[in-house]
Amino acid sequence: MPPEAAKLVVSRGWRGRRSTDVDPARIPPGQYVTRDFPVLSAGPTPHTSLELWDFSIIGELAEPRGWTWEEFLALPSEEITRDIHCVNKWSKLDTVWQGVSVDTLLAGIETSAEYVTQYSDGGYTTNLPLEDITGGKAWVVFAYGGEPLAPEHGGPARMLVPGHYFWKSAKWVRGLRLHLSDEPGFWETNGYHNYGDPWQEQRYVGD
Amino acid sequence: MAGTAVRGRLTWELAELVEVVVETPHVKTIVLDVPSWPGHRAGQHVDVRLTAADGYQAERSYSIASAPDGTRVALTVQRLEDGEVSPYLTDELRPGEKIELRGPIGGYFVWEPSDGGPLMLVAGGSGVVPLMAMIRTRAAARDDTETRLLYSSRSEDDVIYRDELERLSGNGLGVVHTLTDSQPPGWTGYARRVDPEMLAEVAPRPAQRPRFYACGPTPFVEAVAEALVRLGHDPPAIKTERFGPTGR
Repeated sequence: MPPEAAKLVVSRGWRGRRSTDVDPARIPPGQYVTRDFPVLSAGPTPHTSLELWDFSIIGELAEPRGWTWEEFLALPSEEITRDIHCVNKWSKLDTVWQGVSVDTLLAGIETSAEYVTQYSDGGYTTNLPLEDITGGKAWVVFAYGGEPLAPEHGGPARMLVPGHYFWKSAKWVRGLRLHLSDEPGFWETNGYHNYGDPWQEQRYVGD
Repeated sequence: MAGTAVRGRLTWELAELVEVVVETPHVKTIVLDVPSWPGHRAGQHVDVRLTAADGYQAERSYSIASAPDGTRVALTVQRLEDGEVSPYLTDELRPGEKIELRGPIGGYFVWEPSDGGPLMLVAGGSGVVPLMAMIRTRAAARDDTETRLLYSSRSEDDVIYRDELERLSGNGLGVVHTLTDSQPPGWTGYARRVDPEMLAEVAPRPAQRPRFYACGPTPFVEAVAEALVRLGHDPPAIKTERFGPTGR
């Protein structure tokens, strides 16, 4: 790194536009608050009919688990209010979701897996350590702001893992695959960070 | 090389403004010199960081507009009236001044001549920027991959890179404009939003297995990608980049 890059490079005359109504402690480094809900997807939006939809837990467990849409909706769900942070720099505060805790889906499962891959319609995958989606840290959500989740935002159901950049919350999720070893997913093999902690600003490989 | 997964940390580097090109009333291209630039692939983007005197910082992502060209990197920036960063880049930054930048970023929405074609590019407004990098890369490599650009703009004045696209046309590159809001006298081209009929007329047939890159505002890209799937194109062959809110 050239020595000059280590100094603060002040942009002459630029002040920025800080949010005055937001606690700065809620905004990870390099993020800005948006009221919109931007969309980041790598391909066409899949449309899976609810008759064909199911959700599965597969991989390192004795017996795979699965739920149809009706069975999934019959599971205990909760309202979740969290801040979300996209690697594209926007953060959205106090987003309100309805969904099923991953703890509920994994209840009673014995596994030696330490990693998990979320997999989706359209072929998207994203990976995390299993402990990052258990213990009240992740949900499979089917409603946003009191309305059924729109297809472009991942409906009928998507993951919500608010502790990580939002690409770690798979849209159109269809299941969780439990692994003994870590298997980098779609963006993780396309230049993005393997873990994606917004508070450490882990956006890209090597961050 | 750029864009591979095996690589060290992307550090913030100093980029010096060398030239500003006025593209349209709302869009300018800023040409930067980045001495440490490792090269890039068409379709990749950079992060730009501005710092205020008191240490406050803001970061934004911008698509690279230029083909790989040594230490030169061109970004085409649309000025957002209420933007925190874009008005500074388009109107305040002066040649010789420096900003911080890191990149290149992204390994999916990229195209290189070795990827082949036929290539079908679909742009909405400033979504043309990463697609122009592909067209420029193709031209610089004297590559003859069959390439079509379907480019939706509000009016003739809003068409970014108009003259250069005209100049580069031919040699296997076809450019088709649609002007959605107003058309100049005598306009005989498309004058409506991109729709399935237009895509069927302009895009290669599914049997030719074209590679699609669609970039633009979210509702535009949603409509394009959905129409392409309905026309029988293979979803994994349709790469998209969306910006802005959903409008909901």
